[in-house]
Parts: sequence; structure tokens; C-alpha cells
Amino acid sequence: MKLKTELAESLRFSWSALMANKMRAILTTLGIVIGVVTVSLMSMAIDGVSKSFLRSISSMGSDILYLEKNPWIDNQEWWKRRGRRDIEMPHVRELNRLIGDRYLLSPYAHQSSSVKYGTESISGIIMEGCSAENAVINGYTFTEGRFFNNNEVDGYRPVCVLGHDAADALFKGGSALGKKVKLNGINYEVIGAMAKRGTFMGFTLDNNVYIPITRLLSDFAWRPNVSIAIKAPDMHNVDEATEEIRGAMRKVRRLEPGQADDFAINKQEVLLNTFNKVTGVIASAGLFITGLALFVGGIGIMNIMFVSVAERTKEIGLRKALGARRRTILMQFLMEALMICLWGGLIGLGLAWCLKPVVNHYIPASISIKTVVIALFIAAATGVISGYIPARRAALMDPVEALRDE
Amino acid sequence: MGEALIQLRDVCRSYDMGAEIVHALRGVSLQITRGEYVAIMGPSGSGKSTLMNIIGCLDTPSSGGFILNGKAVSDMDDNELADIRNQEIGFVFQTFNLLARSTAFHNVELPLIYAGIPAWERYEIAVKVLEQVGLADRMTHKPNELSGGQRQRVAVARALVNGPSILLADEPTGNLDTVTGDEIMLLFDKLHHAGNTIILVTHEEAIAQRARRIVRIRDGRIASDESRDAP
Ligand SMILES: Nc1ncnc2c1ncn2[C@@H]1O[C@H](COP(=O)(O)OP(=O)(O)OP(=O)(O)O)[C@@H](O)[C@H]1O
Ligand SMILES: [Mg+2]
Repeated sequence: MKLKTELAESLRFSWSALMANKMRAILTTLGIVIGVVTVSLMSMAIDGVSKSFLRSISSMGSDILYLEKNPWIDNQEWWKRRGRRDIEMPHVRELNRLIGDRYLLSPYAHQSSSVKYGTESISGIIMEGCSAENAVINGYTFTEGRFFNNNEVDGYRPVCVLGHDAADALFKGGSALGKKVKLNGINYEVIGAMAKRGTFMGFTLDNNVYIPITRLLSDFAWRPNVSIAIKAPDMHNVDEATEEIRGAMRKVRRLEPGQADDFAINKQEVLLNTFNKVTGVIASAGLFITGLALFVGGIGIMNIMFVSVAERTKEIGLRKALGARRRTILMQFLMEALMICLWGGLIGLGLAWCLKPVVNHYIPASISIKTVVIALFIAAATGVISGYIPARRAALMDPVEALRDE
Repeated sequence: MGEALIQLRDVCRSYDMGAEIVHALRGVSLQITRGEYVAIMGPSGSGKSTLMNIIGCLDTPSSGGFILNGKAVSDMDDNELADIRNQEIGFVFQTFNLLARSTAFHNVELPLIYAGIPAWERYEIAVKVLEQVGLADRMTHKPNELSGGQRQRVAVARALVNGPSILLADEPTGNLDTVTGDEIMLLFDKLHHAGNTIILVTHEEAIAQRARRIVRIRDGRIASDESRDAP
């Protein structure tokens, strides 16, 4: 009961103190505002990046291995990889003979291209050369037609499959089947159009054009190098599969026992780990700035609270004379510090909210309830921690001395 | 005679100033009974305020005994002293000491808050006391909207609001002109007749004469202590 009335009085006390010194409160709260803005923006960024990244990554499938000349991520010994041999179609065929009974293999390579039909043309699209297995490995579906088969691949047939949006843009909803399009000026026959696939890391996959890998290599590629997507129909143990593929590839490459691999087997997992590292870096940088801002802000609050206590010395003496306990005085000043900081927290959140559209420009951003709670909690904690010493000084004041203050 | 409300036995209060020790009180023994009206007089620096602060439990003696209402104050901790100040003591200061940003009502309500009384009860009590000092119509005014005499009456209401055993007034008319000072003194007379115990520090003989008992202090000691019968 007593605590409740005291708490109400503390609220009134700190409110009137704030109202009497609005400008001062706003200025001192700047550090807190900056701290809260950084925390919110950081968590916005991490949330946004994670969401889009994880969505992309999961579209890759955790059970697909990518056999390539170079590893995706390797921050050491890059110089040892100079001069590695390309992975060429004969390698792919030999590997397929060794493990093709247990694994699905699709060689693939990319090339930037333009596609033209009549007067319509799209440039800057991605042309992917691959084999028939690619459609199975990635689970493509079609609005019309089909994917090319391996006879067409081996026979260097000039056929292509259009991504959903590319087909739409060129044929405006009409059928694309049997039409001849020009890829970088070379005629290809459309044999299929794909259903929507969505985006990967912010890039649309629906503008892609798929052609037999053999044609890509002969018509467009600078070098004969390909990557190989490999999928086991039911791959229970990724590590075991990796070892088996590695062994087979070493045979294909004719590597002696002592020699190092001159290829790499990449997995989605690697990206995930790196991604976690990156968000870790964002988070620690953000936390550092936040910590710094809050520290500076906290010092500012402490300073202003010392001023507030000094200004109200006589009032403290009076309140003690009227029966305020130490605890009561402590609570009143803590409440004042808390209020200043919560103000700062709210202003900070407001600013973060205003900045949201800007951030949204780069990454999908949202302010979650979690962010709001964390930001306000941090602000409140700063208030209580930095307000404690001044409040304690007030609470321990000798009433006679305090009353004598002018 | 009624029971002894205040019993001071050989109370000393000294301040250690490092280079020297200032003796503000040098052995004061004093008994005050419930319902008494006592004036304390003496030259400046003689220790009147120090004595008032000790009686009001704002300060504690360096040595000597002080029993208030049967309780030994020297043994009390800070919380107990705060509660005594809240419940047993009503202070009236020379400079009023009202909260400048609060209304008359809130100023009067303050001791009730520290007593933990719920809001609706606080309202009733505070209004009643403000009526008693004739300021019921000024409840929502802030101190800077009141005259000096009115401010002091708010302060008196605040001192009375918890029904204390003692009203302590350290030069309550010191900042008022004669006319308004007289108003406050009439209020004190009234309160005394209503049974309140009042201890009052003053420099003015005329004011001291209104009390039934005059204690004179010189150099931290009681120089004289005279009582007169009711006129
Ligand atoms: N905090 C203190 N530190 C040192 N000396 C003090 C302190 N408080 C009071 N004194 C000394 O104690 C003595 C008594 O002071 P006190 O305030 O009780 O006098 P007073 O009788 O109330 O005087 P006045 O009529 O001027 O108010 C004075 O000499 C004063 O200087
Ligand atoms: Mg004095």
C-alpha cells in the first residue's frame, strides 16, 4: 500500500521535474537516443538479412553438393589454387560413369546474355547451360512444354527453356512453344516455359534461360569450365557422400595419393556458416556503437541527475522532514532517470521507425515487438544504472544540512 | 499536569569542524508536557534551531537522552526517525518551504503520501485541514499565486495534516509583516486551544508573550525557563 502511493508520488515528482526542464532532458537523452537507434537498426538489419538469406539458402536444398574448381569460401591458401585445371565435359562424363548409378549429376555453367523474339528483347539475363538432370535436382516445374533431355544435350540441339518472366515478357501470355528466339544473336527453339521460381539473394530466377550445356560451351563460353550439381536420391549422410564423390573425382583427375585435391565440393552449409559469421560481425559492430552511445548517454544522465539532486537539495530536506524515507527519495530520483531514458528510448524508436523506409531500400526491414522491448529495456537499464549514484547521494543526505541549502 | 511528551536530559550537540569543535548545545535538559505552548528565545547562534531539529528528529544529539512520547529517539534507525517525523512532528519553517511547482493541496497532501494513505482518504483529510487554516478556496493555487501569509498557512496545514503530537515552528513569522504575522499567531492560539502542543522559536518578545512558557537559551544552555498561568 505504502509502496504504491510512494510510487505514484515518484511518478508525479519525476514528471514535474521533466516538465520543468524539457530541453535539458531532451539534450541529455541524446546518447540514449543514438544507442536505441543503433540497436533497432542493427536488429532490423540482421532480421531482414537473415530472413531473405535463409529463404534463398533453403531454396538451394541442403542435400545438393556442388563440385567445382574452387571452393565458395576459403580465406586461406588461395595462391595454391592458381593454375588449377578446369573441370571439363569429359571429366563429367567419366565421373558419371563412376557414380552415376547412385547420384544425379548435372554439369552447369552461366553466361550473361540477351534474348530476343521479334521486336521484343531482354538483355542482362542469365543463361544457364546444364543437362537434363538439372531439372530433377532443382525440381523445376513448367507452365508449358518440358525440359530438354540428354539426347538433345549430347546432340548439341539449339533448344531452350525460358524462365517464367522471360517467357511472359517475350510472348505476352501467348504460347512460346516452337518459337525461335535469338540468344546473343543465335537461333534457339523454345521447348518449354517454367513456372515461377522466385528470387535468390534478391535476384529473380524467373528471367533465366536454360540451354544444353554443350551448346553453352560451344556457342558462348570463354572457357570449357563447368560446375557439377550432385544430388543423392536419398542422401542420409552428407559427409559420407562427400567422401565418395571426392574419391571418384580424384580418380577422374588422375591424382596420386600424396597430391592435394584440385577441385572443391561446396555445400549450402558453408554459406550458412559464413552468413552467421557476417551477422556476428554486424552484431558486434552494432553492439559496440550501442555500448559506446549508451555509455556516453549514461554519463550524461548521471551528470544531469547530479545537477537535479543539487538543485533540489532543499526539497529533499523538506521531504525528509515530512517523513520521506531514504528508499522513497532514492525511488523518486531513480524514477526521474528512468523517465528521461524511456523518453530517449521512445524518441530513438521513433527515429528508427522513420529510418525504416531508408533501410527497406536495401534489405527487407521490420521493427519487431522484440526489438521494441529490447530497446526500451536497454534504455531503462541505462537510466537505473546511471541514476543510481546520484539518487543514492540524495537519499543519504542529512535532512538538516539539506534544509539549510539555499 | 499531563504526561511528559518530550524529555531532554543533558543533551549536547557539537559540530566537528576539523580545526575546532563548535558546541551548539552544551547540556540542555527540558521537559515539555502534552498541550503546552512553549516559546524558545535567545540570541542568534545560541542553538535554538539546533534544539528544534533535535526535538523534530531531524538531527540527533551528540550525547544525552531524548525521549519522545515514551520512545527513546537516540536508539532509532533512519527509517524509524522518518516515520516519527511523519507521524509525530509537524514542522513550520521561516521560509515556508513549499514545493513551488505543486498546488496548495498537493503540498498539504505530501505527509499523507509518506504515511501511505490512499488517495481518496488523502483528499478528505487535506481538504479538512485546509478549511481549518481558512484556505479551502485556494486548494488548486500554486505557492507563487498565494500571499506570504497564505503560504505560511498552507505550511501550517501541511504540518497538521497527519495529526502530529507536536507542532514545531522555527521563526514562523520571520518572513511576514506584522499584520500577517499576527494572523499566523492567531492561528497558533487557536490550535493551542484545540489541544495541540506547540513549540515556537522567535526573536520577538511580543510573540513569545502569547505562549504560556518561555525558555531562554544562551550559548547552548538554558538560561531561564518561565511559565505563566493562563491570562
Ligand atoms: N552544520 C553546522 N556546522 C557547524 N556549525 C553549526 C552547524 N549548524 C549550526 N552550527 C553552529 O551551531 C550554533 C547554533 O546554531 P543554531 O542554528 O542552532 O542557532 P540559532 O539559535 O538558531 O540562531 P538564529 O537565531 O540565527 O537562527 C551556531 O554557532 C552555528 O554556527
Ligand atoms: Mg535558527
